[in-house]
Amino acid sequence: MSRNGPFALIFHTLFIAFIVAPIVIVCIVAFTPEGYLSLPTKGLSLRWFRAIADYPEFVRAFRDSLWLAALSSTIAVLFAVPAALAIARHRFIGREAMLAFFMSPLMIPHVVLGIAFLRFFTTIGIGGTFIGLVLSHIVIVMPFALRLVLAASIGMDRTVEHAAISLGAGPVTVFRRVTLPLILPGVVSGWVLAFITSFDEVTMTVFIASPSTITLPVRMFLYIQDNIDPLVTSVSAALIFLTVIVMVMLDRFFGLDRLFIGASR
Amino acid sequence: MSAKEIASGGHVAWLLAGPALLLFAGIVLVPIVMTGLLSFYDWGPYKGIETVFTLKNWREIVTDSYFFGIFLRTFRIALLVTVISVLIGTPEAYILNRMEKPWRSFFPVIVLGPLLISVVARTLGWALLFGSTGLINVALVRLGIVASPIQFMFTETGVVIALVHVLVPLVVISVWATLQRLDPQIENAAISLGGSGFTVFRRIVLPQVMPGILSGAIVVFALAASAFATPAIIGGRRIKVASTLAYDEFLNTLNWPLGAAVAVLLLVGLAAIIAGSNRLMERRYSEMFR
Repeated sequence: MSRNGPFALIFHTLFIAFIVAPIVIVCIVAFTPEGYLSLPTKGLSLRWFRAIADYPEFVRAFRDSLWLAALSSTIAVLFAVPAALAIARHRFIGREAMLAFFMSPLMIPHVVLGIAFLRFFTTIGIGGTFIGLVLSHIVIVMPFALRLVLAASIGMDRTVEHAAISLGAGPVTVFRRVTLPLILPGVVSGWVLAFITSFDEVTMTVFIASPSTITLPVRMFLYIQDNIDPLVTSVSAALIFLTVIVMVMLDRFFGLDRLFIGASR
Repeated sequence: MSAKEIASGGHVAWLLAGPALLLFAGIVLVPIVMTGLLSFYDWGPYKGIETVFTLKNWREIVTDSYFFGIFLRTFRIALLVTVISVLIGTPEAYILNRMEKPWRSFFPVIVLGPLLISVVARTLGWALLFGSTGLINVALVRLGIVASPIQFMFTETGVVIALVHVLVPLVVISVWATLQRLDPQIENAAISLGGSGFTVFRRIVLPQVMPGILSGAIVVFALAASAFATPAIIGGRRIKVASTLAYDEFLNTLNWPLGAAVAVLLLVGLAAIIAGSNRLMERRYSEMFR
């Protein structure tokens, strides 16, 4: 790292310390053997990780979060693929407006979306249901799915499709055998980013969750509002470990920087 | 594109995007409009929501200094978070971009990775660090920097620090993406003409990455002004911001129309600020966007 001077490296070290400090502290405190929040100075203990099993509400919330994220990102991708192909391949009046409309959930504060969905769902009678959660999460993950599928569709070489058509393939065959495989990296990374976005969402979900259908981040948030103890710390640490494992896998398959830069454009 | 496709272009496009459009119209447009209407309804502790047109909620928000104070604090926090994130995120992106293997692929993961970790878990980390017996205060007192523990929890300072942590990776991404499109020869030319490291950064690199900095800043400002979990956990009831105020009106006081008015004001205020800064940016840097 010869190109950075000593000041740059000191700055960099402080920056990295700032970034990892709160994450590392959660992981350390979670191993405390004491009954209260403390640094584990007298040895490490797994008692607070074992204690999670005695609180089925966290386990249930985790399971519901996984289902919610998987369902909403899959449905969002199913809607996003044809929409992305339409925007990537056709020039029509209202194209820009259509794209802006699909991207709008990124611009609207999630508090506003939460309030809007709470009002809407209670009015039509699906307040506090899992269906409501899925519908609302489809909306917030759609921009991520659409953006990555769109990038893949624009970059795709269409001569392969034309070759397939000239060899007599019908539209369904062309899509299934040629188009889909070519845009698949975009579809998969769009789905992954949508899944993570849905899984981590708390601001909007806190408005529309109910005691019977609640996600893990909302469950943790409500718990922390009452009190901060080693239990919620170990739940957070477990979630951090899980995320890091997923992150390492994603970095292997996609390159994390590509996923992020693709998403931020 | 074949002639057939151009001829049928519009129809096919609307047909393909149709399902997504219908879905969005039904569950984005309708709820937002309903929320706008809700902010004009009446509410009382015993009668609940009454569907009559009134300006009561809006008058209350505009005239009551309590609401003005909360909105002022929201935008003050958002502005501070944006400035600090730009000041530390931009140099970090520059440093990351100048790294060589293997660090060049390792550190970006460390810096951007936290974006994937739950905001609640990250904020909990700050709550643990901030406490009066937390690591920060223990270190500060031991090192003799302060005599007694500093109050971070339930203060604006604490909220700003935690929000910078949550949002600064977005500035790094934005600037880093811009840096990767730059021609390194321009920088080398400046060095060969005798520019020092800092001069090259300030006079050559900085002007070129300005669009990246500004677009990152706009995103950070918007997210900081509408942040919820972090101000709720670190700020508590004492440091209320617009989003936690709306939450309290909806789920504690149950005054939905007033909460809706707060939310609509936040939405409109943010949209105006973002549109204004986008326009400013496009005018200033139009040649860069082409």
